[in-house]
Amino acid sequence: MTQELSLQQGEQLLTGWGRTAPSLAQVVPCTSTAEVQEAVRTAGPRGVLVRGLGRSYGDAAQSGGARVLDLQSINSIDYDAEAGLVTAGAGASLDAVMRTIVPLGAFVPVTPGTRMITVGGAIGADVHGKNHHVDGTFGAHVRQLSLVDGNGELRELNPDDSTSAQFWTTIGGMGLTGAMTSACFDVIPIETSRMSVDTKRVDDLEEVMAHMVTGDSRYRYTVAWIDTVSASGRGIITSGDHASLDQLSDKQRSTALAFAPKALASAPNLFPPGLLNKLTVKAFNEAWFRRAPLDRADEIQSIGAFFHPLDGVQNWNRVYGPGGFLQYQFVVPDSASELVRVALDRLRGISAPSFLTVLKRFGEANPAPLSFPKTGWTLAADVPAGLPGLGTVLDELDDLVADAGGRLYLAKDSRQSPQMFARTYPRLGEWQKIRDELDPRGVFTSDLARRLSI
Amino acid sequence: MNDALGEPQAILVFGGTSEIALATVRAFPRERLRRVILAARPSAGRDAAVAALTADGIAGVCAVDFQAQATSEHGALVDAIFDAGDIDVTLLAFGVLGDQLAEEASPDLAVEVATTNYTGALSVGLHVAQRLRSQGHGTLVVFSSVAGDRARRSNYIYGSTKAGLDAFGQGLGDALHGTGAKVLVVRPGFVRTKMTAGMAEAPLSVDPEAVGELVVKALRKGRETVYAPGPLRFLMAGLKTLPRPVFRKLPR
Repeated sequence: MTQELSLQQGEQLLTGWGRTAPSLAQVVPCTSTAEVQEAVRTAGPRGVLVRGLGRSYGDAAQSGGARVLDLQSINSIDYDAEAGLVTAGAGASLDAVMRTIVPLGAFVPVTPGTRMITVGGAIGADVHGKNHHVDGTFGAHVRQLSLVDGNGELRELNPDDSTSAQFWTTIGGMGLTGAMTSACFDVIPIETSRMSVDTKRVDDLEEVMAHMVTGDSRYRYTVAWIDTVSASGRGIITSGDHASLDQLSDKQRSTALAFAPKALASAPNLFPPGLLNKLTVKAFNEAWFRRAPLDRADEIQSIGAFFHPLDGVQNWNRVYGPGGFLQYQFVVPDSASELVRVALDRLRGISAPSFLTVLKRFGEANPAPLSFPKTGWTLAADVPAGLPGLGTVLDELDDLVADAGGRLYLAKDSRQSPQMFARTYPRLGEWQKIRDELDPRGVFTSDLARRLSI
Repeated sequence: MNDALGEPQAILVFGGTSEIALATVRAFPRERLRRVILAARPSAGRDAAVAALTADGIAGVCAVDFQAQATSEHGALVDAIFDAGDIDVTLLAFGVLGDQLAEEASPDLAVEVATTNYTGALSVGLHVAQRLRSQGHGTLVVFSSVAGDRARRSNYIYGSTKAGLDAFGQGLGDALHGTGAKVLVVRPGFVRTKMTAGMAEAPLSVDPEAVGELVVKALRKGRETVYAPGPLRFLMAGLKTLPRPVFRKLPR
């Protein structure tokens, strides 16, 4: 096995959204299920992986030396209004799904903080959104999915029959059970493409958390932004529901289901390292906090403004500079809610300049062995990867999270240890057994899988 | 696989008893290390190195037999190691200082120094480069020397092997540019080790630990060359501009 040392055609250095730890892969566009099957059957010793839109932060959608399949052309979207179901190609983006179904009065069951993810990625990472406490994860709304397994055979999996074990192994399975080609999922009816939003500015973390506990039952969607620079842990809680027709003004009513969000700008690729530092983030957070109203009810916002504020700026990940960044997201049960404060304090202790810190309550877990959410609190904070002392602080937080019965989100993870992962996902063995049935040759792998011995 | 903070999980050391290499291994956060392979000739020193790293709490330390001069065996050895799992960092850290006066008198001795320091390193370095290329990530750390920056009367045979190795490392790094596989060329000055014991210390002398820390820092930053210690870069830049009649008369 010898090869040219210099870069060859079709090879691409891939990273996650955090732009850390790149590896080189052969990127292969596939336009049909048959091509996916062929690509899997003829895989080399480094295996195969499907990559969507590259929004997972760490190394989940990259695999050094492997064949990485790009399914963005497998992007059909069929909406059955009667049944309230969408059947979409795995490469279709949630953005495209929304552009198709929102004008017809339907919305995706779950959306994370970006629409720029694929249906396959949403299921592989079992994403959650601001409505997890009510509706659970994206995977919980999937009725059926098509998966090319490790032998190149096409399987239809669903949660109800004899394929349910394989189905739930694939939900949250990080693309390691096979190459998903399409999925059918529930959508929810909406009267308008607007959100009715309540905003509350709160002066310390404990108060934020108290409000969230009592407010959760009143809203379908809720999340809190936390000011990591302030010692108080002050924050802004935004909660909302899909607006009904009668909540709109006459003018808004004329375009009640309009949905055509535009990206405003693309961040240039020349941000210097260290642009985001304690001072700039402090200034940003101060302005952000002051900008929010003390207490405002029933504001009408667009779907984009409410769910996906960052999608307005393409490549916003570049603001962290060439060193890249990571997002630390954990969940802990209610019994360990004090860990939210501990984590914020520790990150502030190393002056972590984090301006996108969000706190959210999760509802119950679903049956998927590797699905991240479970009842309790989840905190997500962005941090530049080169921050001095970061490794030690995060390792210490890992231990506290694990001791409390919590865990980290694989779609965000780029640095936990294999021991931490195995300890906090105790159903790993059960998952691996079914994965081995689906992929007996071990064809599907990723840098994440190698790093964590999945 | 390196994590987002640039910390490796698997390290391969050619010259597994080298004090500089062992100090470099120790300079990585040990919590992330899962596999450390010390490739060297069987010796009590090698056994002691495995034991010492293990006692330091580093997981998965083992030894494999390696002879720099046995170039025909390098391919199979490198393949066996990489077949068992990806290697994030490979240290090319073997070499002999030799005895200049004896080598001048017996060229066979000089050839042995060249075969170990240059030919052996070239051979194993290329085999490793192939495997880094196919795994799509990983760094080869080439331990060169400031002795290769400018030939000196007192150690030009050793210096010439390091000059060749240094050029090899730079060129290989350029060949691999953009492939995820990288080369870091390290140019230590006088390092206080067994190899230099009893010799008069040169300016800017350092301990192996300092070299190890500089290497780890350079890897995190994705650097392509690093002097150890850093200020040697300027000293050597100055020395390289000296006219030969002046340079020749410098002490040692």
